[in-house]
Amino acid sequence: MFFVIKKSLTHNSFTHNSKMNHIKIDHATASLAFNKDEEHVNWHDETLWFVRSKRDKAVFQIPEWEKLREAGSQIKNHVLSNLHDLLTQFETNATENGITVHWAADAQEHNEIIYAILEKEGVNRMVKSKSMLTEECHLNEFLKTKGIEVIDSDLGERIVQMRNEPPSHIVLPAIHLKKSEVGETFHKHLGTEKGATDPQYLTEAARLHLRDTFLTRKVALTGVNFAIAETGGFVVCTNEGNADMGVHLADVHIATMGFEKIIPRAEHLGVFLRLLARSATGQPITTFSSHFHKPRTGQQMHLVIVDNGRSKQLGRPDFRNSLKCIRCAACFNTCPVYRRSGGHSYHTAIAGPIGSILAPNLDMAQNADLPFASTLCGSCSNVCPVKIDIHEQLYKWRQVLVKEGHVSSVKSIGIKSMASVLSSPSFYRTAGKLGRFLMKNTPFVVNNNLNVWYQQREMPEVPKESFRDWYLARGKENK
Amino acid sequence: MKVALFIPCYIDQFYPNVAVATLELLEKLGCEIVYPLNQTCCGQPMANAGFEHLSKDCDNNFVENFSGFDYIVSPSGSCTLHLKEHLHGTDIQASTHIRQHIYELSEFMTDVLKVEKLEAKFPYKVGLHQSCHGQRGLKLTQMSELVAEPFSKTERLLNMVEGISIVALDRKDECCGFGGTFCVSEEAVSVKMGKDRVTDHTKHEAEFIVGSDVSCLMHLEGIMKRQGSKMKVKHIAEILNSAVS
Repeated sequence: MFFVIKKSLTHNSFTHNSKMNHIKIDHATASLAFNKDEEHVNWHDETLWFVRSKRDKAVFQIPEWEKLREAGSQIKNHVLSNLHDLLTQFETNATENGITVHWAADAQEHNEIIYAILEKEGVNRMVKSKSMLTEECHLNEFLKTKGIEVIDSDLGERIVQMRNEPPSHIVLPAIHLKKSEVGETFHKHLGTEKGATDPQYLTEAARLHLRDTFLTRKVALTGVNFAIAETGGFVVCTNEGNADMGVHLADVHIATMGFEKIIPRAEHLGVFLRLLARSATGQPITTFSSHFHKPRTGQQMHLVIVDNGRSKQLGRPDFRNSLKCIRCAACFNTCPVYRRSGGHSYHTAIAGPIGSILAPNLDMAQNADLPFASTLCGSCSNVCPVKIDIHEQLYKWRQVLVKEGHVSSVKSIGIKSMASVLSSPSFYRTAGKLGRFLMKNTPFVVNNNLNVWYQQREMPEVPKESFRDWYLARGKENK
Repeated sequence: MKVALFIPCYIDQFYPNVAVATLELLEKLGCEIVYPLNQTCCGQPMANAGFEHLSKDCDNNFVENFSGFDYIVSPSGSCTLHLKEHLHGTDIQASTHIRQHIYELSEFMTDVLKVEKLEAKFPYKVGLHQSCHGQRGLKLTQMSELVAEPFSKTERLLNMVEGISIVALDRKDECCGFGGTFCVSEEAVSVKMGKDRVTDHTKHEAEFIVGSDVSCLMHLEGIMKRQGSKMKVKHIAEILNSAVS
């Protein structure tokens, strides 16, 4: 019921490049397009189910898994209730360590802070390892308007960047692409052989290309997985070592984090590092868990702490615990809807079930379709390593979106008439009788293309009587 | 024991056989069943679409019909879960009593009636489709995501049926894609999810898809009929009530 709406990517006023400034297509419409190629949907579904299965194998190896989730959940609850103290403690300790701490109220400020650092260094290029926050803030597009080129060094991100596409998954950014599509992209951008699909060959080409980038960039940006209040240090998890390659060769390390990434103590990493990798990819731990505490001699280290709507979400009692998210994407991989609609159908930096409860906080009108892109099956909440009640929040967002007027009037009228039929026993019985009569005697009234159900499904067979009629008849017989 | 039978609206209208089987089964098990005549719906269609605030009259009608019983039983995990979580009629006390005493059929047979054996026969290969609300909501069956002891109230009952053979599925608790208004508002994904569930059952040579929620079964049946599949759907009540002949 959502029609094509002009997309403005954020509530900030900076300009976007033409590709990103496309017309927004709602989730149902985008999913319809995605499902035109059923073989591709099958492949996408199986690929992500494989990741879910790997997660299952990994978590069933540790009998205390559910206790670990509970511990992670409680630590994060504690964090959300003590954010002010933890963040200022972190700032003090990080500053003592020699890290320059910046605070950004929104995406615009985040981008301006980073641009100011680059401008001061007099550089026009930067290497960046994976950071969903920079996707959320549309940093690359912003910097492009300032004449700065950003190269993403995570392999998946580099692939989608070459294709001028956003990531479709927060852990596996190019999971929507087959080897052949990657081969084509590399042929076009890196000059690899046409038709090449061998992962070893393609990865080698990317490695050579990125090595040059690592060696020649003075500034490297990374995300942050966990920032530790008691030490003032932070941890970045990657599987490719690309964050380390970038920052160890650069004179300036900029790290950027949403303020909810804070954890109280270093010992809590023993909970979160185990939860994160097993949930994300089924690994016991990420290949690289890099701990940064202070800049090395001669290096500058900047850390940008971002709000961008998080305070507002924290103030919504029903939705605040969505900020517990550690960005593992387990809810993506298990979601039967995500697997069959693809990440781009969610038209937000963070797709999947968690994205659908985060995005309406930033912009209800633009993201009103997302909480409805779910069957409320509840699998997301069960895999969540920090026990966010994702499916319950999807239900609650629906109520909010309707009340705030973000649902089409056609739908409202339909539901209102349904409510009046179902509130009145006699109205309900008459409507039921009439419906069954029409279906039996004039099936063309329902069996046509205006009936969305009927497009790919038969209607139920019409019984000769309702249960109530049968029950009343039986009562008479028994008398 | 005074037990009220709640038959969800679409079962009343389109699947009366499921309701009949539920009633007969509970009577066979010694329950005194009352079917309140002015019942309609649990209110879920409105609430899941975001219009929970419009379901007040529906809730009040439910409370009027179902007050004063020891138990309320329904052959639908989804409607039962919705009532347990969201029934808020004007009469708070009566609403609370209902929320605490409403049971899905297999849950009621297991936890209240404590059924240990059944006289039933169904000599076919069946695939068990777990409805998400029954499984993850009412916890009728252990969930594949959790590191926890497996159990299944539904399967335990089915295993009491003579001749039945339950096939193993590749994805034992994947959603079928019905999802209330989702089935039309997200038609493409809904149908694809349903087709994939059907394929899983076909692949393992099930003759019937068996479930505890007619809404899932209605969706899967619609797809199967369009495909010309030989497989059929059955509600657990129809199987547990099947005659031994």
